Amino acid sequence: MGAVRGTASFASISLVLLLMALLHAQGTAPAAPLTLVSRDGRRPLATTIVNGQELVALEDLAALFLFDVREDTLAGGLTVVYRGQSIVMSPGQPMALVRGRVVPLPAAPVRSGARWLVPLDFISRALAPIHDTRIELRRESRLLLVGDIRVPRVTARIDAPGPPTRATIEVAPAAPVTITTEAGRLIARIDADGLDLSGPIEGAGLIEGIRAGEQPRTVAVLLTARAGAAMAVAGETGGVTRITVEVTAPAADAAAPAPPREPAPPPPAPATRPPLQTIVLDPGHGGDDAGVRGARGTAEKDVTLAVARRVRTLIETRLGVRVILTRGDDRAVGLDERAAIANNSKADLFLSLHANAAPSADLAGAEVFHLRLDREGEDARRAAESEAVALPVLGGATRTIDVMRWDLAQVRHVDASAALAAVLDEQLRAQVPMGSQALRQAPLRVLTSVNMPAALVEMGYLTNEDQERQLGSEAFQSSLAQGIYNAVLRFRLYLEEHRVS
Amino acid sequence: MIARRALAIAGGVVLLALLAWAVNAGLERLAGVEPAAAPRAAEPAAPPPGVPRITATLFYGSADGQALVPVRREVALAEGVVPQGREILAVQLQGAPEPHVPVIPPGTSLRAFYVTDRGDAFVDLSSEISAQHPGGSSTELLTVYAVVNAVLANLPTVRRVQILVEGREADTLAGHVDIRRPLERDMSLVRESP
Repeated sequence: MGAVRGTASFASISLVLLLMALLHAQGTAPAAPLTLVSRDGRRPLATTIVNGQELVALEDLAALFLFDVREDTLAGGLTVVYRGQSIVMSPGQPMALVRGRVVPLPAAPVRSGARWLVPLDFISRALAPIHDTRIELRRESRLLLVGDIRVPRVTARIDAPGPPTRATIEVAPAAPVTITTEAGRLIARIDADGLDLSGPIEGAGLIEGIRAGEQPRTVAVLLTARAGAAMAVAGETGGVTRITVEVTAPAADAAAPAPPREPAPPPPAPATRPPLQTIVLDPGHGGDDAGVRGARGTAEKDVTLAVARRVRTLIETRLGVRVILTRGDDRAVGLDERAAIANNSKADLFLSLHANAAPSADLAGAEVFHLRLDREGEDARRAAESEAVALPVLGGATRTIDVMRWDLAQVRHVDASAALAAVLDEQLRAQVPMGSQALRQAPLRVLTSVNMPAALVEMGYLTNEDQERQLGSEAFQSSLAQGIYNAVLRFRLYLEEHRVS
Repeated sequence: MIARRALAIAGGVVLLALLAWAVNAGLERLAGVEPAAAPRAAEPAAPPPGVPRITATLFYGSADGQALVPVRREVALAEGVVPQGREILAVQLQGAPEPHVPVIPPGTSLRAFYVTDRGDAFVDLSSEISAQHPGGSSTELLTVYAVVNAVLANLPTVRRVQILVEGREADTLAGHVDIRRPLERDMSLVRESP
C-alpha cells in the first residue's frame, strides 16, 4: 500500500529533512515548524511566512510524498507528478489544476532562490486528493498527519472549582482510555498513535492544572496538596470519549453530619472509572402541585424536597458523587422536564421521591416502584436488542447506532432499574416501616423517559396519621435519607459488578 | 366471564314474556347483535317498575385501601357495547358499597364513551377525576385500573382502555400513572377478599 511505501521513505529522509530545515532557516521569515506525524514518529516540517501567507517548500514535500516536480522554464509552469497524476500551477496564479480541475489556493507559488514555495493549503487541497496515503493538515494544532494513524484531538476544561473540583477531558474521535492514579496526579493514557493536545489548562479548586503527561499519549491532571480523592471515568458518546474527573476534599474537610447508623463501610473512593458519577434526585410535585396533603396539612411537595436535600448532602459529602436535584426549591417542574434534566446531565441513576396516599387511613409503609412496560414498551425493548442502524459518517465509514424512541428511553435499563428498586427496598427496610407489598412495578410516567436506571420511592402514607407525623419529622427524614444513601452504595457495587466494558 | 341474569320484572307479566326476554338477552351476549324489538314493544304494554338489568363486575377499593376488589352489581341493560359500557361506567363512578372504599374522586362524571374498530375504548371523564384526586402512586393506580378493569371485565370485545380528561388525552391523573396510551387489564391490583 501507499502508506507502507510512504512510511518507509519517511525514515530514510528524516536526516535530509532535518538538514533542509536547517538550511532553509535563513528564508524570508521562518514560522514555527509544522509537526509531521506518521507511523515512524514525529518530525518537524519547516514553513516560511511570505506576505502573511504560510508557505512550505515544494522540494520538502516532494521528498516526503514521493512526487516529481517539473518546471517548464519557457512557459513558467510548475507540474507536480505523482503516480501518473498531475498538479499544474503557474507563478502568479493563486490556484492549481488538480486532475484537470481548478482548485483555488490562498497564494500563488513563489520562487525563493532555487526552491519553490507553495501555500500550506496546497497539501490539503491539491496533494491530499491525489495521494495514496491519507494526508490530514490540522492548522490550529500545527500537525500534518500522514498515513493511517489515529491522532485524536484532546481538549480539557475545568467545569467547577468545587470542591469537589470537576473537569472534563474530551478525546475526539473516541479512543480507549486507561486511567491510573499516582501521588498527586491522575494519568489518562489514551490508546492512539499520538495526541493532538490543546495547550495546558490552568487549574482551579483542587486541580493544579491539566497538561500533557510525561509519557507519550498521556494526559496528566495535577492535583493540589489539598486534594483528597481523585476519580475519573471515561465514557463514549457521539464518537467522543469524555473523561470526567472529580477531585474531592479529604474526608476530614467534608464536615459530613454524623450518620445515625453507619452501613457496611463504603469502599474507598479513588477507584478508577467509578460507575456512579452523577445522581439525579427528583423531589416529586412542587409549586401549585402540592401532591398529597395530610390531614394535619403536611404537603407531599415539602417532604420530598426536604428528604432530597438530605440525601444530596449525604451523597456529596461522603461519596463525592455529583448530585443534581430536578428542583431545588418550591416550584412546579413538568414530568418531561424532570426526565430531560436527568438525561441531559447524563446521570447514572434517577430517583424520584414521593409521599403516598391511600383511600383508607390504615395503610402505612414505604413502597419502591420501578417501571412496568406495557406491550408497546416490550416491543420497543425487543427492537432495541435486535435493531441497530448503520449510519455513514465522514470519511466513508459507517457507525452503528441504536435506535430508540426517546419517550421509551427507560426500556434499555429495566433490569438495572429492577436491581435498583430491590436494593432500595432492602436498605429502606432497615430504616423505616415498609408496606406489605413494598416492591412494586407500575407504568409510572416520570420513569418512562429517563435513560438510566431509575426508581420511584413512595416514602410513606400522608393519609395515615402516624405516618404524616413521621414524614414531617427531621428524625424520620434523616432515616429515609440514610436508607436511600445506603441503597446508592449498594447499587454502586451492583454497577461495578455488572459494568459494561 | 360475565354471569348474566336477565330479569323480567313482572307487573302481571306472564312466564312466557320472561322466557322471551331471557332468550333474547342470551342471544345478544352470544352474537353481539342488538336485541329484537319484540320484547321491547311488549314492555310498554305493561309498564315495568324497573328496567332489565345485567350483573356487571365493578372494582372498588378494599377496606384497607391496598387493592381493588371485584364486586358484582346490577347495571341497567343497554343495547350494544357502547351503551352498555356507559351504563357500567355510570355505576362504577358512583360511591363504593360497604365495606369497600371509593377510589374515584366524588363528582366525577362520564362525558363520553366510545370504542374504536381496533377494540380500544376511550373513557372520557370530567375534570374531577384529576382535579379532585388525592394523589399518591398507590391511589392513582387504583383509580386508573378501577376504570380500566371495569370496562375490560364486562365488555369482551374491548382490548384496551384509554382514559381521557375533559375530552383530551392526559399524561397522568395526579402526576404518577402514565395514561398517555391505552392500558390493558391489570389484575395484579385485584384481590378477592374485601
